[in-house]
This record gives sequence, C-alpha cells and structure tokens, in this order.
Amino acid sequence: MARNAKPISRIAGIAAATFVVVAVLLAFVGIGLRVKTISGLGPAEWQAIQFTIAQSALSALLSCALAVPVARALARRKFWGRTFLITLLGAPFILPVIVAMLGLLAIFGRSGVLNDMLEMIGIAKISIYGLQGVVLAHVFFNLPLAIRLLVQGWQGVPAERFRLSAQLGMGPRMVFRLIELPLLMRILPGAFALIFVICLTSFAVALTLGGGPRATTIELAIYQAFRFDFNLGRAALLSLVQLFVAGGAAVLAFWLVPAVTFGGGMDRMQKRWDAQGNWARALDGVCIAFAVSFLILPLLAILTSGLRGLLEVPLIVWTSAWTSLWVALVSVLILLVVALPMAGWIATSRRASVEAIGLLGLSVSPLMIGTGWFILIHPYANPTDWALVVTISVNAMMALPFALRILVPSIRQTAQTYDRLSGALGISGIAFWRCVLLPRSRPQIGFTAGLTAALSVGDLGVIALFGDPDRSTLPLQMYRLMGSYRTDAAAGAALILLALAFGLFWIMDYWGRRNAIA
Amino acid sequence: MKYLTFAAGVLTASSAFAESPVQPILTVYAGDYFTSEWGPGPVIEKGFEKICDCDLQFSTGDLVPRLLLEGERTKADVVIGLTSDVTAKARATGLFAPHGQDNSALTLPIEWTDETFLPFNYGHTAFIYNETTMATPPDSFDALLAMPDDVKIVIQDPRTSLSGLALVLWVDAIYGDKSADVWAQLAPKILTVTKDWSSSYGLFTDGEADMVLSYTTSPAYHMFAEDDFTKKAAIFPEGHYFMVETVAKITGTDVPELADAFMSYVMSEAFQTVIPTANWSLPSALPTDQWPEGWAQLPLPEKVLFYSEEESTAVQEKAIETWRATLSQ
Repeated sequence: MARNAKPISRIAGIAAATFVVVAVLLAFVGIGLRVKTISGLGPAEWQAIQFTIAQSALSALLSCALAVPVARALARRKFWGRTFLITLLGAPFILPVIVAMLGLLAIFGRSGVLNDMLEMIGIAKISIYGLQGVVLAHVFFNLPLAIRLLVQGWQGVPAERFRLSAQLGMGPRMVFRLIELPLLMRILPGAFALIFVICLTSFAVALTLGGGPRATTIELAIYQAFRFDFNLGRAALLSLVQLFVAGGAAVLAFWLVPAVTFGGGMDRMQKRWDAQGNWARALDGVCIAFAVSFLILPLLAILTSGLRGLLEVPLIVWTSAWTSLWVALVSVLILLVVALPMAGWIATSRRASVEAIGLLGLSVSPLMIGTGWFILIHPYANPTDWALVVTISVNAMMALPFALRILVPSIRQTAQTYDRLSGALGISGIAFWRCVLLPRSRPQIGFTAGLTAALSVGDLGVIALFGDPDRSTLPLQMYRLMGSYRTDAAAGAALILLALAFGLFWIMDYWGRRNAIA
Repeated sequence: MKYLTFAAGVLTASSAFAESPVQPILTVYAGDYFTSEWGPGPVIEKGFEKICDCDLQFSTGDLVPRLLLEGERTKADVVIGLTSDVTAKARATGLFAPHGQDNSALTLPIEWTDETFLPFNYGHTAFIYNETTMATPPDSFDALLAMPDDVKIVIQDPRTSLSGLALVLWVDAIYGDKSADVWAQLAPKILTVTKDWSSSYGLFTDGEADMVLSYTTSPAYHMFAEDDFTKKAAIFPEGHYFMVETVAKITGTDVPELADAFMSYVMSEAFQTVIPTANWSLPSALPTDQWPEGWAQLPLPEKVLFYSEEESTAVQEKAIETWRATLSQ
C-alpha cells in the first residue's frame, strides 16, 4: 500500500516541536548574553548531581513498581464509585508541593498520625527525614500518574483479546505473559522517564524531607546560583547538566519502547475471565486499599487543617483564585495547540525518541527560563507587564511532556488501526483529526487538559521572579500568607487551591470520559 | 433618553476625573512579602501618598538579582528591604546614591555609618519555642548545644534564605574556628532544613519541631495579633546576630525630590510607629519609650553581634561551606 498516503501531516507537529526548542534555547541565549565567567563544578555540586540522580531513579522505579498491581486491580475490577476513585487517586499529583508536604508530615511526620499510633502500641517512632522521606514524597506525588497511565493502557486493550484468551482456556499467567506484559513494556519506560525527570527538578520537598544539605539537588544549586550568588555562568552550567541527565534518561527510555499494537476491537466492555478467583479478588482488594490509604490520608489532613483556616482567608485570596483560574484555562488552550500536532507527529514517526523533545520544558528549571526571557524582554519592554504571559507559556511547556505521554500511545494506536481504512475512504489531514483521532482520543484529551489546568493552578512558576503585586496568583498569595505568620489562613488558601485544581481536573477529565468511544 | 443622559453623565464624570493633573509616580522595589495585604507596604503607601501628592507604586521580586539584571535601565526610584548581608552586592552595582539622612537620628543597638543604605527596621536571630511544650528552654547557646538529641530544631538553608545565612554568621560570630564542632553537636538535633523561613515556621506551629530559627520579634506577632503568650524567644548571653533591613535611593531616578522625600518619610515618626505591627520588627529611629504599647516589654538580647558588610562578605562562603560539609556527613 502507498506509504506516502499518511493521514497525519507532520508539518504542524514539527513546527510545534521547533517552537518548544526555540523557547528553551532563547532562555539559554538570554543567560549567555550576561555570563561573564564560567568556572567548573566543585565537590558540593558533584555531590548534588549524584544525589539528584539516585533519588530520582529510586523514586521513579518505586512509583512504577507500585503502580502495576494497583492499576491492574483498578482496571479489572468493577465496583461502585470506581471512576470517582480513579479520579480522586490522581489528586496528589496536582497538589502544590508545599501543601502536599504539610499533608504528608501530618501523617508520617514526627508528630504525625502514624507515629502517634506507633507510640500507642509501644513501637519506636519512625523518622521520615532522610532519603526515605524524599522517596516517600516523590512516590506520593507520582504514583497517581503512573497508575493513571497504566489504567489507560489496560483499558485500551480490546475486550476481544480477553474474550479470546478465555475461550482458549488461558490462565492468569498466560494472560499476563501474552497481553499484560507487552502492555507494561509499552507504557512503563515512558512513565519511568517522565517521573524520573519530574523528581530531577524537585527541590524544596527534597531538602525538607531529606533532612538537610545531604539532600541537595541540582535544582537547589541552580536556585542558589541565580538568586543568592547571582552566578549566571554556574546556573547555566548546572541547567545544562540537568538537561543532559533528563535528556539521556528520556532518549534511553523511549528507545526501549517497543512498537506493540493490539489491532482494532469492537469497543465492547472488558470482561476478565482470568481474574475471577478468590485469591485474585483478595489481592486486588489489598492493592486498592493500600493505594487509597497512602494517597488519600494526607489529603484528608490538608482538608481538616484547611477547613479550620477557611474563615480567616482574606478576600484578596479569592481574587487571586480568579486570576489563577483564567491563567489555567489559557495555559490549557496553548498546551493543546502545541501538544496535539506534536503528538500526531511523534505517533507516526518511526523513532519514539523524538518524544524526548517534550521533556525539554520540564527538565529546564523555570528559574532559568524566567531569567533568560527576562534578560531578552527587558531592553524592549517592562518584563513585569509580561509576567502572566511568561507564566502561561511556562505552565504550558511544563505540562507538555505529560500531554505527550498521555496522547501519543492513544493516537499511535488509532492511527495504526485506522490509517488504511481512512486512506481507502480518502480521509486525511484535518478531517482525519476531526473524524477519527479526536473522538477516539477524547478521554486522553480530557485527562491532558485537566492535568494541565490543575498543574497550572498549583504552580508558583516564574511569577515570583518578577510579579506585579496587583496581579498575583493563588499559590503566590498562599506563600505570602505563610510568610507573614498567617499559617491558618495559608492552610485555608491551600484548601481553596486544592479544590480549584481538583475541580478543574475533574470537570475536564469527566468531559473526556463521558460518552467517550474507547 | 434617560439612559442617554445617564451615559453622558458617566462619560463627563470619567473625563473630569482624567483631567486632574497627572501625579508623578514613585516606583519602589520591594520584596514580595512586603507589599502583600499583610505586609507593611499598604500602610506605607497610604502614609506617604498623604504627604507627597504622588502615586507610590510597588514592584515586587527578588531585589538584588533584579537590579543586577536591569542595571542602569532599572525602573526603580527607591529600593526597600535590602538586608545588611546583601548590601555589598547591591552597592557593587553602582546604582545607588547617598541617602542624605542623618545617621545620628537612628536608635539601633549598633553604630551605623553607612551613607547609602538607610536602616528602617531591625531584629535579631533567635530560636523560638512554645513554653507549654518546652519547660526548660536553653538559656545560652552552649546550653542549646548540650540539649538532649530528642529536642528537635528546624532551621533554614543559608544557601537559599537570608535568615539561614544569618544563622551561620551568628554561629561564626560566637564560635569562629570551632564552628564545625558546633554544627556537629547541633546536627542530631536539627530535624530538618527548609528552603525558606515560612516553611520552617509552619513546621514549628504545626508542632513538628520544638524550636525554630526565627527572629527575636516573632513572639510579638503571636502576642499582639493572636493574644497568644506561649511563644517565646530563647535569649542567649553570648549575643544574637543583628538583622537590619535598609532602604536606598537609585542615582538615576527621574523623580529625585520624591525619592528624597521618601527617605525622610522613612525617618519620620509616622513611618517608624507603624513599622512594629506592620512588619513585626523593631523601628530603626524611634526611642524605646515611643514604641507601641507592650513592645518595650519584649525580651531582647543585651549583646548584639554584627558583621559589617565587608566582614560578612569575607566570611560568608566559608561559613556556609562549613555548615554544608558538617551537616552532610
């Protein structure tokens, strides 16, 4: 058949990818204009690099490993409230880090619920502070993402596969080997790379839960270089190191992704004949209970402390919530304009490793991008006037890798399944997007949009670097409250933030899954 | 027709409003916390606009990095909130003009001779505790080091926070070459290190830590804003590190008279009397007997330790590295 009759044009995708690369490059150019001297890295920096890679790898590995049994349990059980539970389990991922940290400490901290219980039954207290705390926090944030990516993968398996395997009398082990293992191979490397990069740029949480300067990450060193020493050369150098580590991990992971497709199905409901045994049921029950208690308890702690402070929240916090809301919506719009064509391009490329471009925006420190653009904008305009525009762009760029990871597998599957049929019917270009790709990827688009909105609401971003006091976002107000002793009101603001982020996520995710074809 | 008249009325009203003479603008760069509704910014803005016939506009962000990025093209007329540990970097930009005020009017516990950076408030580093949960607080820095290891302290990172930097300078000022031993003794008691002051303070008020590195003036917030008299600063005879915030004028300002007027406003009684409750710190030019009610009773250290800009610059790097290396073991 004619290979040149590709239904998806690559031009838009390549243009979108170029836009991202240029945006990041420009930041480096801006910094480069001001760098006077570059010195090498000292032992403190090398220690930070080692620690950063170790904790990121460990966090990503554990998040992925724990996600497999939980996602399988969620994918093959039907129970009341299941879809709501899946959405709720996503909440930790969209929490602003400082809020999440207080929630985690309320459960696992020195005077947390867990230690109070251990003390009551006479067992020695455990300490969260150290590498274990860093990994615990990162798994708390990222387990939800890994679970969601895997659940979507499982749900993408045509129901006919499971029906056929049951007819052939395959047991759970054979089903795992022939259907589930290839599925995991397809999703896990990408999920690992993504979580690895997220953990790579962690900083405040790693320091606090890591218990001190032992837990210094590259991002902290970048922050120090920018804001304290104002050593732009070292900041740029460290940013490059971070970029290379992230890029290396991403290229490796996406290169490992095998091209597995399941072929088309009739979009029946999945039924799992292989998972009807009592053991399987009990195991799934335990997995789901584990995930619920680990992920939901800290959220409850945030809820209870937030409710106490809600009445003390001043009016201006609500105004900022409004700013955050529209910043989030514009970010979603920009993200979709960039991510959809890029996902289409990647999905039809022979090399999956081009997806690594999407990770650029996430692996470069927002401080680096903010400062670089500040230097470029300053000769021509007042950067403060551009603070929200820059914030919106950075939000969209940070969400891009998640968007690609969610969209690419679905678009690839759809394109491979339907490109011959569409070719025969003469459907291509915009029409192929409108009639085939978009409807079939609706759950993924909804999920992506929800995630971007939530991340954008919760992210402090670059606005702190050159903000305008009258146009501040919700996280900024929350930090201001914390910075002026108003801890209770800050907890209230955190709750509003959580509600706004989760509400946006839920609405968009629900839109995607409602009446979805797949 | 009625609506038309109404619309015309609104239009005339708004154009009449626009015709009033354009007020000159004084742009003041300040730290982010400063201009929030809960910071001193709004009170200062209102107070100065009452006397200056101008429009004071705050612009927030990181002060020194921003000035370094902007250089000569900076929009700032005045910069407020530079602590004495960063004034060396700020001075090196060459952007600042003499403040033109009389330093002898200052009421600081140390002598101030700087002609460029004018102090507007001060405090000292201190460890804060809750007297209901800590019956025997340490009464000296040595006693702090001798505390059992299950008493937990939370501090800030000197690489990312000015209060954290003040702590390593404090230790250096008391113990000098023995600083590494001090950090080794403190290490098991340090629950954790946070990026900024507010995360540390949150951990303390949440009951996660027994003591927190903060300021001698922190109890004042709890006393006067919350009627809570249980939070205390542990006062040490070895002395406390002095932290001062300054204001300075930009040489290239296009409204020099306004900038000068602002500098003298900073020294005025109107400004000085609002500083304590607006910024929860001590006024720089106001005799103790004129402090707001209750403030004079606040326990303050008798001995004050302070590194001048040059001394601070000279020891900073080494003090931070000693801290990092010892706590990383």
